[in-house]
Amino acid sequence: MATRSSARPISPHLQIYKWGPHMLVSILHRATGVGMATVGATVLVWWLAAIAAGDAAYATFRHVFVDFAGGALGYVIGIGLTLTFFQHMASGIRHLVMDTGAGFELKRNKMAALATMFVSVALTALFWLYLGLK
Amino acid sequence: MGTGTSIGRVRGLGSAKEGAHHWLHHRMTAGSNFLLMGWFMISIARLPAYDYATVRYWLSSGWVAVPMVLLILSVFSHFRMGLQTVIEDYQHDESRIVMLVLRNAWTYGLGAIAIFSILKVAFTGAAA
Repeated sequence: MATRSSARPISPHLQIYKWGPHMLVSILHRATGVGMATVGATVLVWWLAAIAAGDAAYATFRHVFVDFAGGALGYVIGIGLTLTFFQHMASGIRHLVMDTGAGFELKRNKMAALATMFVSVALTALFWLYLGLK
Repeated sequence: MGTGTSIGRVRGLGSAKEGAHHWLHHRMTAGSNFLLMGWFMISIARLPAYDYATVRYWLSSGWVAVPMVLLILSVFSHFRMGLQTVIEDYQHDESRIVMLVLRNAWTYGLGAIAIFSILKVAFTGAAA
């Protein structure tokens, strides 16, 4: 890779193509995956370790995500992570379908890409509505 | 062998002879992640409260601790492979090796803390 001559032609990249939902969902799949592997894993492991460490450690966790600034951090990270999870899940299911060779027709591919975003927003709204109405 | 271009250097060598396992394992863990995370999200949503006693009582049950350990194994091995794909796409030369090693330290370090925490709660029980 590094030894490639800069004089040689390369294939067209992102700037050549018209932006579409399939491209957005593709990069969102990466971004959401990396987000969960970093921020999501940190919050989950902090939560588990706090439960294991005892009452005081759990109180610190609760303070940061529930009490601090009216729970603003908890809502931003909580809603952010659930939306991130559902987007990655819906997009992942689309990937499994496309792995079978199905769904590459232009119109169907675009519809499925849009559907992953509708599904992730809807499931996130349902999840937090359920929590709120409990 | 060719003219020194990247394609020229590998022409005639055949396939990499590996990689299918990574691809397949990524799909397999995607499936187990779907089931385990589905269980986790529903369990979290259905908890009666989120205070220390309730959450600790919940996690101390074997019916929660065992799937929780499975979830950590499945999710962490999935995101370890995902991070590898992303790193290999954007990082080359030395920085690729450094990032891949950091990714291992991150995944195995956090994973060990997570599994230790779950087992500690499961083995010491609700009251602590």
